[in-house]
Amino acid sequence: MTAAGNPAFNAAARPLGGGRRLPLTWLGVVPFFIYVGIFLLLPTTIIVAGSLVGPDGSISLSNFDGINRPFMFKSFVNSIEISTISAVLGAIFGALLAYAVATGDPKGFLRRSVMSAAGVVAQFGGVTLTFAFVATIGTEGIVYLWLQQHGIEMYPNGVWFFDLPGLTLIYLYFQIPLMVLVFIPALDGIRPQWREATESLGGSGWHYWRYVAGPLLFPSFLGCTLLLFANAFSAYATAAALLTQGGVILPLQVQALLTSETGSSSPGLAKALALAMVAVVLVVMSLYALLQRRTSQWLR
Amino acid sequence: MTRSRRIRLQALRFVIFALAAAFFLVPIGAMFEFSTRGIGINSARTFSAWAAIPSTPELATAITVSLELALITSLLMLGLLLPTMVWVRLRLPRLNRIVEFICLMPLTVPAIALVVGIKPLYIWISLNFTDSILALSFAYLILVLPYAYRSLDAGLAAIDLKILTEAARSLGAGWGTVMLRVVVPNMPTAILNASLLSASLVLGEYTFANLLNYENLQVAIQYVSLVSAGTSIAVAVASLLFAFVLLMILSFAGGRLQVRSPGQRA
Repeated sequence: MTAAGNPAFNAAARPLGGGRRLPLTWLGVVPFFIYVGIFLLLPTTIIVAGSLVGPDGSISLSNFDGINRPFMFKSFVNSIEISTISAVLGAIFGALLAYAVATGDPKGFLRRSVMSAAGVVAQFGGVTLTFAFVATIGTEGIVYLWLQQHGIEMYPNGVWFFDLPGLTLIYLYFQIPLMVLVFIPALDGIRPQWREATESLGGSGWHYWRYVAGPLLFPSFLGCTLLLFANAFSAYATAAALLTQGGVILPLQVQALLTSETGSSSPGLAKALALAMVAVVLVVMSLYALLQRRTSQWLR
Repeated sequence: MTRSRRIRLQALRFVIFALAAAFFLVPIGAMFEFSTRGIGINSARTFSAWAAIPSTPELATAITVSLELALITSLLMLGLLLPTMVWVRLRLPRLNRIVEFICLMPLTVPAIALVVGIKPLYIWISLNFTDSILALSFAYLILVLPYAYRSLDAGLAAIDLKILTEAARSLGAGWGTVMLRVVVPNMPTAILNASLLSASLVLGEYTFANLLNYENLQVAIQYVSLVSAGTSIAVAVASLLFAFVLLMILSFAGGRLQVRSPGQRA
């Protein structure tokens, strides 16, 4: 930082003027670019190129027709639905929890523990998480059995746990902590003085939330909801562990195509599906970035 | 703040924390409870499922393999990413945005989508080079890139890299010395962060391993659950606690190191 203010030092540190040294300088980044070239850019290229090559080897969009089949379309809709519901619910509950954390002591033990725990739990998923819920509210689970002993049947109309509603519930387990992590900077940016200013101008609590805090927090809230959507949309391991029937949501269709015989007969379809998923996530994440930028205008 | 409003706020906070604690802790507790159940409805608590972990060879192998993968991925990440980031900051600042873009790219490519493109690559690797599961660490390195990049970026932003390296270079240090004895000791928190995040991500990874036909810890847990639910749940609890301890070390050691070197923001 001090170096930035010292032009002589900057000049000494960057002898880039001499063209002859340039190739040697570039050598330093070669391993990194070779590596990401092979393991990130090449697979991405394989997906994009593969989705555009039809079964007969010509360039066509025929692979995307496969997405139009009823069962494929259904899983697309299921994916969108479960991602939306778990994102909205996760955002609401996560925002409440974040608010409870943000109104406490900023250096307190409670806040530190909640934030560390949220960091751990937001990454949690897959087989382990599914087990946790099976052991809780599965038909052998402790909470289910306990409620049954007290005369309450959790599944009077059939067990919804091993279906999409159960999956949505499980997703909340990592969606809520993620919301806490990403939403708390916005809440921290709200200054108590703004509330005092509202009150000194005669505004009530409702006025404060409706005209001051609400509009300020809303873009961030919306952005974080989008991030949660992308997070749920990409999740695979939890669904694979919970849902016994294949292909209910998009990631499971990809799995089916990769592991089954039908997959090898239409290799382009898996790539087209993957590309469609990337496209959805890309759009959602761009909107998220846009909304975050709007929030950061007043945050700092 | 008026008195009644403060009381209402505290009551609201209490309710929220209580509900959150129930939602997040009960499933973990239930998992533990499940793993200590005996056979039959009224049998006593037993740790036989836990005792069976070491004698289930599939699990023992998978645990070792996953720990090795976590270690190799962390080391690869530090060996590849840190020097590149330092070099780009010092000598090729024009590339900074490109490197950042590439590192954050895996966030927008879901693992389940990336695996479609990476599968042909791994078929080729297993046919021509090795079918060892440790080859997975190359793919895992891609998955940890965004998280590792962010923590290393925060660490590098907090130190005066230019002054440190120029000082070391003018005293005759080579680039290896600069990296190992100047850069690394100046950002312990960021390096610890990046390594532990990578390790915990690898220990919990399922998508790549399952779809590329390798058996890591998570895949093995699922296989074993088909035979013995108790044992696999016991391993799941153990792996979860292990990841939890790793990340708790991260957050609390992070705080400790921060106190020692106040220049760091990470």
